[in-house]
Amino acid sequence: MSALTVTDLTVDYRQRGGSRFRAVDALSFALEPGQTLALVGESGSGKSTVVRTLSRFVKPSAGEILLRGVDAADGVERGLPRGRRAKRKAYHKTMQLVFQDPFASLNPMHTVAHHLRRPLLLHGGHRRGPKLEAAVLDLLRSVNLTPAEDVARKHPHELSGGQRQRVAIARALATDPKVLLADEPVSMLDVSIRLEILNLLDRLKQDRDLALLYVTHDLATARHFSSQIMVMYRGEVVERGPSDQVILHPAHPYTRMLAAAAPDPTVSRAALAEARAQRAALRDTRAAEHRESVLDQGCRFRSRCPFAMPVCATRPPDLPAVKGSVPGAGAGGAGHAARCWLLDESAAAAPAADSAD
Amino acid sequence: MIPSTGTETRDDSSGLGTDLVLRASNVSVEYAGSRPTRAVREVSLELRRGEVLGIVGESGCGKSTFAYALTRMLRPPARMTAGVVEYYGRDGEVIDLAALSGDRLREFRWNKISMVFQSAMNALNPVTGIGSQMDDIFRTHRPGMDKAARRARAGQLLEMVGIDPRRLRSFPHELSGGMRQRVVIAMALALEPEIVVMDEPTTALDVLVQREILDEVERLRAELGFSVVFITHDLALLLEISDRLAVMYAGQVVEYAPAEQVATEPLHPYTRGLLRSFPDLRGQRREMHGIPGNPPDLREALVGCPFAPRCESVFEPCREITPPLRAPAGGWPVACHLHDPAHDDYSSEGGR
Amino acid sequence: MPATVTTQLVEAPAEAAVRGSGVLRTALRSRRLIAGLCIVGFFVLLGVVGPLFFGNPNLVGTVQHAGPSAAHWFGTTDIGQDVFAQTVVGARATLEIGAAAGLIATVVSVVIGIGGGYAGGWVDEALALLSNVALVIPTLPLVIVVAAFVKNTGLLPTVFVIALTSWAASARVLRGQTLSIRNRDYVLASKALGEPVWRIVLVEIMPNELPIIVSQYLFAMIFAILAQAGLAFLGLQSPDLLTWGNTLYFAQNAQALSSGDWWWFAPPGLCIALLGAGLALINFGLDELLNPRLRVYREPRARRAARADGTETGQ
Repeated sequence: MSALTVTDLTVDYRQRGGSRFRAVDALSFALEPGQTLALVGESGSGKSTVVRTLSRFVKPSAGEILLRGVDAADGVERGLPRGRRAKRKAYHKTMQLVFQDPFASLNPMHTVAHHLRRPLLLHGGHRRGPKLEAAVLDLLRSVNLTPAEDVARKHPHELSGGQRQRVAIARALATDPKVLLADEPVSMLDVSIRLEILNLLDRLKQDRDLALLYVTHDLATARHFSSQIMVMYRGEVVERGPSDQVILHPAHPYTRMLAAAAPDPTVSRAALAEARAQRAALRDTRAAEHRESVLDQGCRFRSRCPFAMPVCATRPPDLPAVKGSVPGAGAGGAGHAARCWLLDESAAAAPAADSAD
Repeated sequence: MIPSTGTETRDDSSGLGTDLVLRASNVSVEYAGSRPTRAVREVSLELRRGEVLGIVGESGCGKSTFAYALTRMLRPPARMTAGVVEYYGRDGEVIDLAALSGDRLREFRWNKISMVFQSAMNALNPVTGIGSQMDDIFRTHRPGMDKAARRARAGQLLEMVGIDPRRLRSFPHELSGGMRQRVVIAMALALEPEIVVMDEPTTALDVLVQREILDEVERLRAELGFSVVFITHDLALLLEISDRLAVMYAGQVVEYAPAEQVATEPLHPYTRGLLRSFPDLRGQRREMHGIPGNPPDLREALVGCPFAPRCESVFEPCREITPPLRAPAGGWPVACHLHDPAHDDYSSEGGR
Repeated sequence: MPATVTTQLVEAPAEAAVRGSGVLRTALRSRRLIAGLCIVGFFVLLGVVGPLFFGNPNLVGTVQHAGPSAAHWFGTTDIGQDVFAQTVVGARATLEIGAAAGLIATVVSVVIGIGGGYAGGWVDEALALLSNVALVIPTLPLVIVVAAFVKNTGLLPTVFVIALTSWAASARVLRGQTLSIRNRDYVLASKALGEPVWRIVLVEIMPNELPIIVSQYLFAMIFAILAQAGLAFLGLQSPDLLTWGNTLYFAQNAQALSSGDWWWFAPPGLCIALLGAGLALINFGLDELLNPRLRVYREPRARRAARADGTETGQ
């Protein structure tokens, strides 16, 4: 049973002047217990909006969020329950999140212990007393913050970035959630401590059978710490599939560009110079302008895509990346799929099919 | 504390010109306070004409402070407590930066050396158009230029970094992050300086945009021939773009070597740890570990090697003696007892 | 730009000091704070114990229009009252009005500013409109009009009249601050835990605004004391009330200024000025003490930059 199933989630923001901006467009995926799904994208791709919507900070304009693993008695079986306190509480208990910036996610006025006591009191069935304090210390130990007694007394400004992020993780775990959303949990941290935090999340995921959504812009950690990857571009998923498939055999031109753009210390300098020369040859003087223009219809990537064809003016379907695999691998499908006309042989062969722009 | 013997024994096998453009010797910077923070500790580095010198390290290692010291931009409570920064002109003139002040310093800054910061939004004035901000540079530093010439030059600069010259009328907030950083780079190059110091110029940008900006910097450098001091925490990126790089830890340079060397055979355990901290995108899946622990408090006096508490190869002398930055025979400077012939008997067993 | 330069630069040492040796020692190092606390403490002491030493300060005496002497330190009024006694006893009512009116104004501004800022939507718009309207109405004339209408001009009505005309500016400040805090990650984290709204506002948001609230309270107190003095001076206060403002009113009425009885109006006038200065000094001292620490949290990047990596500068 999936811990979380999201179907056709669509989020619109109202812009100044009344027009609407679609931040997330018909997103579907499923999170499985004990598995990590990476949501990869650059800023503006809508990945943060997904997290905010799942955390109920933003209301979706369409779609369904099914959160299971909550007792049927709690009544949280379908959608976002509105109003009823118990339902809301159950939702919050079941799904927790870790924020990007550990310098902002802890209240500067309160101690570490305060941050951990609250979820225990609200959701853990605890009451104030020595048992509560013991539970706080246990949480700190579970995220390797020792000596726990000392850490509990400290204020956030007395901790390093990595330690704060551990506190934030401990707070998220305090409700004993089934689903954990990690929104770029290491991008604000020093390189040298990122892997430690990711290893911690990975271990906790296994120990507690958590369903983890790892939101990041870093393809390398996405590959190493997750079993499935979804690549988002301007509000829609352009490629999805098993991590190694997506990274080692990217099907969508955007994924390919992302993979090529990531610095890679193992590539020789000669190869780098050659790649750079190739890019320089393709460079158009004012290309930067063109590339950043926003397109509404059709494939949104086509202004930057080196393979753009006339047919790209119409929205490409979700296609299996490898010929012969099951087509239409939609919600939660484990197959490798990408949203690109290049994968559609008939379209590539007959570019005149939908060339009306 | 560290005798600066390292830089004198540099090797010239990298094939670069040895033509110096900037030399920092024994630079130390302190932040005043009840317990002063010794952010930079006797750092000596050289920048050669046309090269990219990378400076890498965790936050708080003093790399940005050092860059500010290079450009004489330190403001109280930060103060350069020791050391010399010298600029070597093409015509053989040598300028001690500490001797510059007032107008001469301002003139030096835009004409010879300029800076690009991480946050383009802070470097640009939000209430003035881009065109007039560029115009200001020329009006101040090139009083002879007339209005049309200034305008033409500004347009040319924008075009050079891949932006439509019509954007001169735009305001900073109308541009995306990548475009703003392009504008800042164009402004830094406005007076054709010989040195551009870039402090995390791409850290706030997306991978694709970062790649574009780096390509742009590389292309412009080849065209215009300026030298770059590139500061970042992203070692993988730095290995790609820099000719030589300095690894900083706790305010000191701990390794100073050509980039290829660092990529293939890093000497200092800290450099190795940093390299290991980047998962390989296409490589085998493996157990991955960063560097456990935290950098030392720079307000305290450091005894022994500052990296010793986090080092996996730590052995006896590390906790008592601060290793000097010294080049082993035929090697490049590294501050580590493992590579000190005096401790050969230890390093063979306690080493890697 | 220069402003940001200085503010960021003070962070490093201030933070170090706060961490290293405790808030108290840092507080003791602030001369402004010490001076302010001494001044205000002196007047509070005066207001609390002073009246115990004097019977009725309005007692008419036989020595009239006398300058300062050993018998009457501050001289006497036109009907022989002792000015020193009036000044000492007047401190109590003056402070009471200042403290109470300041408190009420601050409470109102906290409810309207923080409440509106957190609620958002039409509630916020309505409350913001209300405070903006209250802000643009010139306060002192309004106080005069209201005070003139309220027949009973004793202590309590005075307090309320002043409080209800002086909350708006501070409500605006608090609203702005709340708008910025309510979207911070730690507030979102509390929401994600399902914390009730009142707890988020009182426990997560309000403590972060405490320095501002304290500062607004001190300013409100200064304003209230000045406003009361103004009202009294204009004769809009019950003559039974003995405040420094009333002493000034009687001095003015008896043409003390033109007859050269400087000892009559100088002590209450100077006391008002001194108390205001003392409160302002506390405010500046607290600002010095608390703000750098607050800024550390607001701008993590700036903090790291200031702590070890550099300073903000224009090119």
